Amino acid sequence: MTVSVRDRVLQIIAEQVVLDVSDIGDEATLEDLGIDSLGLVEAVFALEEEFDIEIPFNANQPDQSRFDISTVSGIVRAVETLVAARTV
Amino acid sequence: MRRVVITGQGTINALGHDVTTTLAAMRAGECGIGPLDLRDVERLSIRIGGQVRDFRPEDHFTRQQLALYDRFTQFALIAAREAVARSGLDFTEELGLRAGVILGTAGGGLQTQDENFRTVYEEGRNRVHPLVVPRLMNNAAASHVSMSFGLRGPSYSVSTACASSNHAMGQAFLLIRSGLSPVMLTGGSESMLCFGGIKAWEGLRVMSKEACRPFSADRSGMVQGEGAAVFVFEEYEHARARGAEILAEVVGFSMVSDASDIVMPSREGAVRAMRGALRDAGLAPAEVGYVNAHGTGTAANDRTECAAIAEVFGDHARELMVSSTKSMHGHLIGATGAVELLACIMALREGVIAPTVGYNRPDPDCALDVVPNEAREARVTACLSNAFAFGGLNAVLALRAI
Repeated sequence: MTVSVRDRVLQIIAEQVVLDVSDIGDEATLEDLGIDSLGLVEAVFALEEEFDIEIPFNANQPDQSRFDISTVSGIVRAVETLVAARTV
Repeated sequence: MRRVVITGQGTINALGHDVTTTLAAMRAGECGIGPLDLRDVERLSIRIGGQVRDFRPEDHFTRQQLALYDRFTQFALIAAREAVARSGLDFTEELGLRAGVILGTAGGGLQTQDENFRTVYEEGRNRVHPLVVPRLMNNAAASHVSMSFGLRGPSYSVSTACASSNHAMGQAFLLIRSGLSPVMLTGGSESMLCFGGIKAWEGLRVMSKEACRPFSADRSGMVQGEGAAVFVFEEYEHARARGAEILAEVVGFSMVSDASDIVMPSREGAVRAMRGALRDAGLAPAEVGYVNAHGTGTAANDRTECAAIAEVFGDHARELMVSSTKSMHGHLIGATGAVELLACIMALREGVIAPTVGYNRPDPDCALDVVPNEAREARVTACLSNAFAFGGLNAVLALRAI
């Protein structure tokens, strides 16, 4: 399950930045990948649609989102937590 | 070049159904933002807004008129009626031939679109009301205002997102200054508080769920409002000849484009817009006492705008008062600059600066006098009104007391 969430998240990010999944490192930040503010809201939308979750992200308060979505691994963890909460 | 003055004003917005009530609310620092009352609100994640409350269209319009008027047109007509009544103008046959109306709106008849999309897509019906097109078109409000008062000169609508009404009023100013028209009705109208209108904004992740707190360190985003404000712009000698009460003089206008990003604001663009308005007005920065900020309450706008103001005004930025009345009436998108011009006129005429309410904590990135929470008495002889739209289209007006 964990592997599958991770792979699906990486696939979505890869599509957003037009890279191969294999070129995306776990510790890469969104900035490293060249994702700007619009790219981020698009990625958040794609993740919400893919996993049927709601990611509490407000662009005005990125530090106050309950999840760290500044790196690829952070996004994977956030999505895993939200997916787990959904299936409880 | 001819001088241009304002001789009438009218409004309906979350703070009041007319100018007197609205200005009293601004003076008292009241907030018109509250829970939204609209269909399917439970499917929205954003449930607050600056809605026009206790509004009964049938008190203002006949059944036949209402068949033609989207809510944004109703707002425009109510504001225009008040502005014309207050101006004391009589649009005679001769004056009507040269007078016109320019109104800003971003969404136009969005309520009509929303309702009729439901009819065909959600309810699966195959027939809509026959007047959907003339209700929803962006120029409907301007056209109905022209018909109501017999304005047969230059009339059109301007749609530049959040700068729509500043662009519209700038156009009206230029038309009178150039001698093309002696009198123009101008301002803006917006009615985007419907399910589709808010759902679209939610996606950008810039909306607040709790309040609009421009410049405050704990700000959480923008809050939408609705309504209209309409002004009578008049050539100075024309106004004097008829003994009109002059509310303020419009002395400068500037419009520039960032040509950089479809949503992110640009400091450089904001600086050029404000400097352009000052130059056009022949105003030195130190003459300006008040700036009605665009001040949306988003991180991106507020930081950029404060940096731009600091750059334009230099040392004078420390003495300058800068407030965002969006904290009280919400962001009226295409009508916002028009409602905000009411605060500029109040500053010049009554010496009362409308506050930025909901302000909790200073933000080092917004280290200006933002007139927090309480209105202030101050003598101001010149002011700017900023509007910086999505798409990087900036429009700034300069006003002077007269």
